[in-house]
Amino acid sequence: MTESHAEAAAQTLRTDLVGIVVVSHSRPLARAAVELASEMVQADSRPTIRIAAGLDEHTLGTDAAAVSSAVEELSGCPGILVLVDLGSSILSAEMAGEFLGPEVSAKMRISPAPLVEGLLVAAITASTGVDLEAVASEAARALEPKQKQIG
Amino acid sequence: MGMLISMPELSTRLVSTWLKDYADVINENTNYLTDLDRQIGDADHGSNMSRGMAAVAALDPTTFPDAPALLKKTGMTLVSTVGGASGPLYGTFFLRLGTSLPATGVLDAAMWAAAMKAGLDGIVARGKASLGDKTLVDCLSTAVDAAQKAADAGKSFAEALAAASKGADEGRDATVDMIARRGRASYLGERSKGHLDPGAASMAMLIDSAARTLA
Repeated sequence: MTESHAEAAAQTLRTDLVGIVVVSHSRPLARAAVELASEMVQADSRPTIRIAAGLDEHTLGTDAAAVSSAVEELSGCPGILVLVDLGSSILSAEMAGEFLGPEVSAKMRISPAPLVEGLLVAAITASTGVDLEAVASEAARALEPKQKQIG
Repeated sequence: MGMLISMPELSTRLVSTWLKDYADVINENTNYLTDLDRQIGDADHGSNMSRGMAAVAALDPTTFPDAPALLKKTGMTLVSTVGGASGPLYGTFFLRLGTSLPATGVLDAAMWAAAMKAGLDGIVARGKASLGDKTLVDCLSTAVDAAQKAADAGKSFAEALAAASKGADEGRDATVDMIARRGRASYLGERSKGHLDPGAASMAMLIDSAARTLA
């Protein structure tokens, strides 16, 4: 496939699958991570992934209001897993939860998983149609294969 | 009456004066704050705060119905423009300040101490930092205690602001000897000792600015 997976993923809203929000300090980093994760999932079973990363194309930073909008866009999904990189991305994601109505914030979970590995596992797991609990717990164990392999 | 002069009306103009003064102070100290952050963090505190406060200073106070509305918008503006951890932390501080302060009437010492305490509680809840972790909490909580003590002693609003400013400076300076337990600086462990916390430095500037402009 030659088209950008990130853009393709962003265009389809799959409300039958758990949605994913990627919070990163860097927009290019988030896009690349989404592209990598999307590579692992067939287009017809790909969960919706939204990006809330960087203050703009080039300025590093996170924005709680942007995270909140991204989660809100996925409010029709059965659950929303939020993957974060580090530091303020966690604070911003937590603050975003407070901006949302109780119904949407109850559907949202912040994952402690490492961003790249967690996103990959979350995308694959969500594509199978399982619930938020299952997607979150698989993502949280995303480092295990790497740890086993390196020993 | 002199008493009334020292108890200003909480107007959007007054709050805007404070915010613009703080934006100027941050602008003048951008390199200083970034240098502090370079020693124990990721060298972006000055530029992050500068970007955020420039956006706040650009807010037109006449477009807000009252001072609390301007303070809440300040919080949201910082959340969306600062980028680093200071965004949600300072954002929460101003949102809580806006929620705590009355929309009309004169300010007194107790009111101000209570609003600052609400801001502190918000920051603590958001960042999960405790006293002694070498963060802006160490600066702000000393300032809040000083303001509360002044209010309890029946001091004027201006006296409470001055006491808070003195407390903020003491709290800021106390971070030098602490070992960081939150944020990027915590990765340094013992090596964070001997450095002033950049967040405590910018917080002291905010409280000092309040003492200069609000009284």
